[in-house]
Amino acid sequence: MIPSLLGISVVLFALLALAPGDPFDELATNPAVPPEVRAALRAKFGLDDPIWMRYWHWLAALLQGDWGFSFVSRMDVSTLIMQRLPVTLIVIGASQFLAIAIALPVGVLAATRPYSLFDQIANTVAFIGFSLPTFFTGLVLILIFSIQLDWLPFVYRADINATGWAFYWEHIKQSIMPVTVLGLFQGAALVRFVRSSVLDVIRLDYVTTARSKGIGERKVITRHVVRTALIPVVTLVALQMPIVFSGAIVTEQIFRVPGIGSLLITSMLSNDTPVVMGVTFVSACLVVIFNLIADILYGWLDPRIAYR
Amino acid sequence: MNERELRGLIDRVKLGRMSRRGFVRRMAAVGLTAPLAAQLLAYSGVAMAQSKSTYKPTKRGGGGQLKVLWWQGATLLNPHFAVGTKDQDGSRLFYEPLAAWDPDGNLKPKLAAEIPSRENGGLAADGKSVTWKLKQGVTWHDGKPFTADDVVFNWEYAKDPATAAYTIASYKDVTVEKVDQYTVTVKFQKPTPFWADAFIGARGMLIPKHLFADYIGAKSRDAPTNLKPVGTGPYMFKDFKPGDLVTGVINPNYHQANKPYFDSVEMKGGGDAVSAARAVLQTGEFDFAWNMQVEDEILTRLEKGGKGRVAITPGGNIEFLLFNQTDPWTEVDGERSSLKTKHPTLSDPEVRKAIALLVDNKSIQDHIYGRTGPATRNYLYGPERFASKANPIEFNIDKANDILEKAGWKKGSDGIRAKDGKKLKFVYQTSINQPRQKTQAIIKQAAQKAGIDIELKSVTASVFFSSDVANPDTYTKFYTDLEMYTTTMGQPDPGTHCLQFASWEAASKDNKWQGRNITRWQSPEADKLLRDAEVELDPVKRAAIFIKLNDLAIQNHIVMGIVQRPTVSAKSLQLNADISGWDNNTSDLSDWFKDA
Repeated sequence: MIPSLLGISVVLFALLALAPGDPFDELATNPAVPPEVRAALRAKFGLDDPIWMRYWHWLAALLQGDWGFSFVSRMDVSTLIMQRLPVTLIVIGASQFLAIAIALPVGVLAATRPYSLFDQIANTVAFIGFSLPTFFTGLVLILIFSIQLDWLPFVYRADINATGWAFYWEHIKQSIMPVTVLGLFQGAALVRFVRSSVLDVIRLDYVTTARSKGIGERKVITRHVVRTALIPVVTLVALQMPIVFSGAIVTEQIFRVPGIGSLLITSMLSNDTPVVMGVTFVSACLVVIFNLIADILYGWLDPRIAYR
Repeated sequence: MNERELRGLIDRVKLGRMSRRGFVRRMAAVGLTAPLAAQLLAYSGVAMAQSKSTYKPTKRGGGGQLKVLWWQGATLLNPHFAVGTKDQDGSRLFYEPLAAWDPDGNLKPKLAAEIPSRENGGLAADGKSVTWKLKQGVTWHDGKPFTADDVVFNWEYAKDPATAAYTIASYKDVTVEKVDQYTVTVKFQKPTPFWADAFIGARGMLIPKHLFADYIGAKSRDAPTNLKPVGTGPYMFKDFKPGDLVTGVINPNYHQANKPYFDSVEMKGGGDAVSAARAVLQTGEFDFAWNMQVEDEILTRLEKGGKGRVAITPGGNIEFLLFNQTDPWTEVDGERSSLKTKHPTLSDPEVRKAIALLVDNKSIQDHIYGRTGPATRNYLYGPERFASKANPIEFNIDKANDILEKAGWKKGSDGIRAKDGKKLKFVYQTSINQPRQKTQAIIKQAAQKAGIDIELKSVTASVFFSSDVANPDTYTKFYTDLEMYTTTMGQPDPGTHCLQFASWEAASKDNKWQGRNITRWQSPEADKLLRDAEVELDPVKRAAIFIKLNDLAIQNHIVMGIVQRPTVSAKSLQLNADISGWDNNTSDLSDWFKDA
């Protein structure tokens, strides 16, 4: 885990350093700011040092818990990220939860009745679901629910002027669309996967054995089939985390959700390297952590895989 | 327009035979900004007009929450570090300058008790100092009084290069002295006709001495107040999430009676311009949205939603075309477009004249920019209906063909004109931006009909506008024949803006392409005018110089205006908000209110 994170950070840093642009570019085109100020700022933020030295400074500071200092906002990167991370985690968490909550029952049901009407409808919807990119479904939802029906707001506001139930209701109302967009996108892919995984397992001999022992169909499915079938699904959920994050970046931009995704985009546009570095690194960490969680889950689902 | 005509006009205003507004418009037509025109009058003894107030509420507060949308959110809230308008607009919720520019270019007092003039003794006769009387009884949000010490401190803070304030240019060449507790004098090194820069408008917001005194110079970035502003403005700081959200609550001790109207303000950031326009115009989720860089066609469609309307405020920004005076295709001493070369074909004035005739400003306005880009040929411009007679918009392909034919550029077998083996083939670059690519196409098409071949090139904005010395595609390197971009007018005085025409400012390898003269035009005549303007004490003479300079550059076809880029914002139907093109969007926030 540590070597992979180190590798990621080197690649990221090199890419950012080689990319065109400079956080203080805007100053160069501004006739009111003399070049001395720009030079002073570059020196102050260490931009004149060679790349390897800047990387070394960054890494050394990171190991001491210092994520760096934003050129643009002039505050600590860690503060910036901590302001944004909870929202992203909530949105991503809720959408993953939604995806699993839809995909599991639908996938299992479709697999137990293959080629039935239900299965065909589920398949078609799933195909449409993962073929449509999130920026498209997001705009469609906005057009329907915000503009035509005027039910839901399409600008996410972190600061809501209400207390008690109204506060939670407002938050839920504004989260519905972003969570749905992400959740359905994920869920659609998962449905197909759960279905095929269950279909694979349901034909195995041990399932037939269980049935012939006289165990009820419901119990056979939940206890014997689903548990085995879930192992590859868990891998998929973990492996799809990067896709969820990239989907979240787009969704956050559309709905103005103040998460790390929108922070990443604004920082990239303003060439705020320390923040870009921080956000991408946090995303990388999250992906690595989710993979670790998947590994642990295997052990619980199938004790044979567990580390001994 | 020469100096005598100018004086004649000013006299007519004095005698009441011409309205102030009429004068300001005439000046705009010949390339002077509204604030400069207002100052001309002030200097000649016609006091600045009192900004008319349309503020109706009779008590403070009670207006609920004001929700505004900036699709690029404020990223910092120290006005001295604010780079773009988004940061200045955000800081302006909490901080105020001594005076602000109103839409007509008049100064409106904020923290000043009155606007200095010759009559009240504020302006020195020699033009070397200006004395400001401060409003008394103003307190910072934390209750400490606002005094002359704070004003002097802001000068010390901003002028220190180690502070790295973006406002440094307004402060580094002046000296500020405290006269008494509520009076300060700004002294200039040389007679300065345009005195309203330090402590005025976007770069004049004042920060409190007692909270920043320990963080002057290199320690500036550590000041806790950088992130939690304490100002004198109509709203007090509540919360700040960079790039996302700025919130404020009403300042119960605000120094203007019955203001502000709203109980709290929320400035939301992020997203894109189109959906921001939609949130104001169509769904009414927000009351105001900034910088609507959206095609006019879409705005008109959204306006049908019936919740809001588009407000267009003229300013000084202009989308213009530049003619390279040097040869971009020959490398001399490690740089192309070197001053040591001359453009093989564009150096012929007849060719430039012909190209100017091929730019269809009118169609560009009608089909691309609509209300958001009125056509103009001036570099310094004014409202279209008062456009300078000297630089009319003329689009005439036949005439262009005629001129080229007479100048000896004959069509070859491929339909492209040539003379002495040099073909009229040009590369025309701009940044990637849909309206710009459409403009390029319109010009290319017309040029084709006149036997000029134009190759279009578009560069990613982040590269085009960067100062990357290693990249050949930046706009300052100008390694093509023609280019187009928008230049913003940072301040109402055209002094810096006109450095575009100074021979000593030519962008080159020696100054790392930081020079302001992108076309590399070398004109002794323009240089003389600029030198004259620098030392000219009489503002009327100075104004006449700038008018002449603008005409010189346009009539020689060195640069050429395409469309003006006014400030476009979206407002809800109930909201009353005066937006000034010469100051921040939120400069008059204390006077915003909603109709009941």
